[in-house]
Formats: sequence, C-alpha cells, structure tokens
Amino acid sequence: MAILKYNNVGITAIAAGVPKTVIDNYHYDLDIWPEEEVKKVVDKVGVIERRFVDEKTCASDLCYAAAEKLIADNNINKEEIDLLLFLSQTPDYRMPATSILLQNRLGLSMSTMAFDISLGCSGFISALSIVYAMMQNNGFHKALLLDGETRSKVYSRKDRREAFIFGDAGVAALIERDEKFGESHFSLNSDGSRGKLIMIPAGGYRNMSSVETLLEKVVDEYGNIRSDEHGHMNGADVFNFVIIEVPKDIKRLMVASGEDIQKMDYYVFHQANAFINNYIAKKMKLDKERIPWTIHKYGNTSSVSVPLTIVSELKDKMQGNKKLMLSAFGVGMAWATAIVPFVDCKISEIVEI
Amino acid sequence: MKSLDEFVELFAEQFDETDASEITATTVFHDLEEWSSLIGLSVIAMVDEEFDVALKGDDVKNSVTVEDLYNNVKSKL
Repeated sequence: MAILKYNNVGITAIAAGVPKTVIDNYHYDLDIWPEEEVKKVVDKVGVIERRFVDEKTCASDLCYAAAEKLIADNNINKEEIDLLLFLSQTPDYRMPATSILLQNRLGLSMSTMAFDISLGCSGFISALSIVYAMMQNNGFHKALLLDGETRSKVYSRKDRREAFIFGDAGVAALIERDEKFGESHFSLNSDGSRGKLIMIPAGGYRNMSSVETLLEKVVDEYGNIRSDEHGHMNGADVFNFVIIEVPKDIKRLMVASGEDIQKMDYYVFHQANAFINNYIAKKMKLDKERIPWTIHKYGNTSSVSVPLTIVSELKDKMQGNKKLMLSAFGVGMAWATAIVPFVDCKISEIVEI
Repeated sequence: MKSLDEFVELFAEQFDETDASEITATTVFHDLEEWSSLIGLSVIAMVDEEFDVALKGDDVKNSVTVEDLYNNVKSKL
C-alpha cells in the first residue's frame, strides 16, 4: 500500500510562470460555438480566464522562466542543485528527456541527476513524493522539481467537452532537507482499468502518427469534432471516479497519519473544474475559506494546478508553520493525497512570458 | 429510500430552463431540449448526495425514462 511518510524534507521556495496571453473564455471561439452554448459551458466549468502559450512555447519554457525567477529571488547557488525532475505530459521531444535539456539551459552542474516523469493531474503529489524519498539520501543537496503543461496544444477546439477547460502553466519548486519540517504523509494510487477515461489515443507507439490519426471527425451525437491525436475525456465517468475515490483516499490518509482533517491550514485541490471542485468541498464538509481556487483564472492546468494555486493564492499567507492537505486526481486514472508542512516557504511573484 | 415522485422532483431541479411540470416519471429525458452531458453531471452529483450511489456515464446513457434511472439507482442501493 503506497502510504508513505517522510521526515524533515520540504518545499522551501516556489515560483510559477504563465503565458501572457489571456483567453477570455466567454468569448472564446465564438466563430465555432454559439454564444449561449459557450455561456452554459463556461458557467458550469467556472473557467473565466486561462492562459495559452504561442505555438513555439513549450511547458519547459514556462518552467525555465519559473526556475530562473526562483533561483534569482532566493540567491540559490546553482552548483548546489543536484536533482532535477521535470513532470509533464507535454515534453519538448519524444527524446531526449526534457529534464536533461533543462539541466543545460539552467546552467546546472553535469553531476545533476535529471529525469522526466509522465503523469497528469495527480502528478505533482507523486513527483513530490519521489523527490522527498530521494532527498532522504544525503548525497543530494538541493532538488528542483519542475512541473509544466501546455494542455492548450492537446485538445480540440471543436470538442466542447474539452475546449473550455484547460490552460497552460509551469512551476519550479526547491526542495531541501531541514529539521524544521517534521513529518509529511502521502497516499498514492493507480487504476489502469480506467485508462480510457482520459486519453490521447494516437501519436505514441501503440497507434503511431499517420495521415489517418490526424483526420478530424465527428465523434458523437452532439457534433463534437476531434482527431485521434487530440485528448478526450469521459466527463461523467471521470466525475464518478472522483466522487468515489477522492474522499475515500483523503479519509484513509488522515487515519494513517493520525492527522485531523479539520486542522489543516489549507486544502489545495487539483483544479479540475468548478463543478467538480465545489462538489468535493461540499461532500467533504470542508471550510471553504481554507480552500484556495484558481480554476477561474488559469483553468485546469493538469499537474500544475496544485502548485500554481499555492503560488497564486497563498503567496502572502505562508509565513510560519503551515500544514497543507494536497489532493489531486485525473488521467491514468491516478490519484493522490498528501499532508505536507510548509515552514516560511518563499513564494515568488508569478512570471508572465 | 426516497420515492419515485421525490426522485422525479430532484431530477427536475437539475434543469434551469425546463419547467418541472414537463418532467414526469415517463419522460424520455434525453429528448428534452435542455438535456446535455452537463446536466448529466448534475444528475450524478444529485444521486450521490441524495442516495449515496455513484452512477456511471452508461447508467445515465442507457436509461430511457426518469423512472428507468430511478430503478437503476434503486438496484445499486
């Protein structure tokens, strides 16, 4: 059972980079969709604005900007960074790993261990757990966790199930050992039987790219259009998955850790969409004042949404000792819960690029 | 267990534009003009909240009338 506990490791500083192009969702793609229809969808998903990169910009570029900001704001000696993780499902290339290229771009030492992690919405918590585990080894001094997504490049504009939800962003988190942190707890879960609920069917090696996979076609009775290289999502079954598994996992981790859910300073959820997030908050009977939100500003940025919400909404609220519950869920399906202490975490201003 | 009438009432509450009087146990709800996958999500949420049953997309898709859906929920209790 992947219920894990770590000691004396934590996020000491965090920064985020977002594209400067703001999408006004109520007026997005009115050439494709009737205004009334757009309003209904946007009201339900609660994404008022989000950010899109241009064609040339990648998730790695957003992370790079965030990392440079983080390094400058905190006077970090680059020589001390010896672990670099890049978490994304929108990497630069199929090979080499984007993290290796980022080692060079960031001017980090060649004796840095760098690797990519390919997970979606749940990924930040899993990646954090991996870094915390690795940092138990004294050979590592400072770790940089980069988490970036350009979901604007993944979904079809002509498929209303996905067209109005996703946005782009990147974050950089510095992770260090320090006795001030104490215990952190993680619960990590996977269910590949639900792999088809959120998927880009083609473009990998199971269904390689071809003229056929690029063909756009009508996929349902509502007239939604996409190709096999676009992502798609079964909203009803994703919702079914979330309402069953997420509350259960949160309760399980609270029991395993002996923590009291009501005593968390903040509850940071993956920003899936406002409908799902409101429903979980209500179902879990949590104090809404302690649930920061960014779905209205940045949309669903997949794995980036949890750390982006921390940077965007908790910037001036993290002095001293804070205990955060993190909960994230999605593509895989994979889901995770964490209880992590933050002590005087240094949060940078969001960089726009 | 809530009655069929109560279920129909709760079901009708998920619609904004469709008058509750238009929705009965025998309504073929997929044919309602306002029906959409978004309303479907609200129905799944309502059923979870009121009946502690998590419906799947196919449960909603394969039910023809509101009563069919009620029976489906009942079978999962």
